[in-house]
Amino acid sequence: MSFRNSLSELFGNPPKRPDKKSFSIEVQEMHATKKFDKVRIQAIYEEIAEHKKLPQKWRKRRWATLIIVNLLFVVSLYFDISMLEGSLTASRFVGFHMADLNSALQVMLAYKHIVLNLVIGTVTIFIMWWLLGGRTFCSWVCPYHLVAELAEMVHEKLEAKGWVKDHPFDRRARTWFWIIFVILALVTGYTVYETISPTGIISRALIYGPGLALIWVALLLLFEIFYSRRAWCRYGCPIGLTYGLVGSISPLKVQYHLVDCLHEGECRKVCLVPHVLDTVIKGKAAGLDVDLGADCTRCGRCVEVCPTKSLTFKFKGFGDKL
Amino acid sequence: MAKPKLTRKQKARRQFLSSVGYTVAITSAALAGYIPIISNASHRLRPPGALAEKAFLSSCIKCGQCVQVCPVKAIKLADIDDGFGIGSPYIDAREQACDFSCDGLQCVLACPTGSLTHSIDYPAQTNMGVAKLNVPKLCLAVQGQGFKGKTRHNENYQGILRFEAIDRWYPVPLADQEFDLEICDLCVRLCPIEIRANQCDAGNPPAGDESQCPPRAIKLVEFKGNDGTKRMKPEILDGCVGCGVCEMVCPTQPSAIVIEINKDRDLGKNQWMPDANKVKTVKELK
Repeated sequence: MSFRNSLSELFGNPPKRPDKKSFSIEVQEMHATKKFDKVRIQAIYEEIAEHKKLPQKWRKRRWATLIIVNLLFVVSLYFDISMLEGSLTASRFVGFHMADLNSALQVMLAYKHIVLNLVIGTVTIFIMWWLLGGRTFCSWVCPYHLVAELAEMVHEKLEAKGWVKDHPFDRRARTWFWIIFVILALVTGYTVYETISPTGIISRALIYGPGLALIWVALLLLFEIFYSRRAWCRYGCPIGLTYGLVGSISPLKVQYHLVDCLHEGECRKVCLVPHVLDTVIKGKAAGLDVDLGADCTRCGRCVEVCPTKSLTFKFKGFGDKL
Repeated sequence: MAKPKLTRKQKARRQFLSSVGYTVAITSAALAGYIPIISNASHRLRPPGALAEKAFLSSCIKCGQCVQVCPVKAIKLADIDDGFGIGSPYIDAREQACDFSCDGLQCVLACPTGSLTHSIDYPAQTNMGVAKLNVPKLCLAVQGQGFKGKTRHNENYQGILRFEAIDRWYPVPLADQEFDLEICDLCVRLCPIEIRANQCDAGNPPAGDESQCPPRAIKLVEFKGNDGTKRMKPEILDGCVGCGVCEMVCPTQPSAIVIEINKDRDLGKNQWMPDANKVKTVKELK
């Protein structure tokens, strides 16, 4: 996917319709001559129906990582071993400064000074998440993401029973939020976003003990269960957009391979951010291998459920750039 | 009656409007955090070195690293009812004051944003507030009374304090300590600044460094009561930094002496500086 389209999609615009004329001859041919082995597709569907449970390998790895990272903060304080001090907004990992990019941005805009330690922490975190894919932070570390995933499961169960209905918002709302909170920090001189940041609230509650702020988190979750599925991560959270921007230039991507894909659409059913998988729809892929856009959280769900292994993790080296 | 079917355009318009509503609702919720700030509800004693309140709240990244390093666990994080101050550190002096038993201002060193300013080195340079004899008639010294026994013992008080005579490195529970004083002077004798000043007078300055000798913070002055008896009254001096130990150790309930928070905390102004002429190099100290 082009860098521009990737950003446009990250900012909440619907995926661009690809211009089929611009496809290379090879890709055009692939789309045109793709033979659908109906017997094989049927067999795949039967197999999926048989194993009612989808593969969970990457999800288990991801949830384990998320829980371990958050527990590391708790354990470090509890046993006083100074391994990972602070919380997700800013911390020291064995003494080395780390600062959440969005929190650091809020502080620098509100305070209007550049603090050296914060710069060190910000650069460290930037490099780390650049290597790891940007929104990887969301699905692999953010504690709100985990509870929101659980809330989403409840939402889906209730929806299947017809008790609730999803009310999607405009995905551009997240970009509006990002801009609003930048302006508010600048104008008011306070880190306004931290007041409602469920990431910061949960992280501090885990480490320093629960408080009233968890009521706000509970309200968000109820809203997601009963009204709008995953409303915070999809349409609200400026942290997600900040890390999405980092991810837009990250070498770690999930890559789609047109050759083997039979377009069953299993990946889109499990994806946390389905718009990034628009390219897997029949006739839409602009190349033989397409990188998914910046909004992808690299959760690995699509990679594990794809029956034809047409989606894989890819770390782009110098070789790919040439 | 069946609802009329919406056209695609109407649906898109509806979604756009509801999204604007969502954005306005969440933004308003965040801005509600202004209320405790404006209404001054969050009047907090901040940790040593905290910048003036406004700058402190803008620069604090709400990570709690200061909480983690404090040896007496004096620092707590504010909750969402502090609005924009959520996650910012404060001290409840009556519950657990900062007794500077870390000596090196660990919270200041831990702060990643300089919200607790890195421009101070010694306890005597902090400027959290000033002690004030809030309810003179409660004060035992003012009543001409002594103090015998354990302070705040009957409150099941859990706070800890460093007593160098007991353990230089590990603060111990305050309520376990026995006192037998002719006139109650707990606020003076347990004041961390006074303790340092006394050490200096005894020729044993903190870390062997004379330049760290602070100005006096509190003393008892004699006055005559209406009945002609000898009474004493705590007087606050220039060296008081507002650490809150006096408020914590005061045996009366409520505490007769409290800290008046210094919201401006204008460091550099009225701030005590070590005597440059007396500053020794590390080599000399050894």
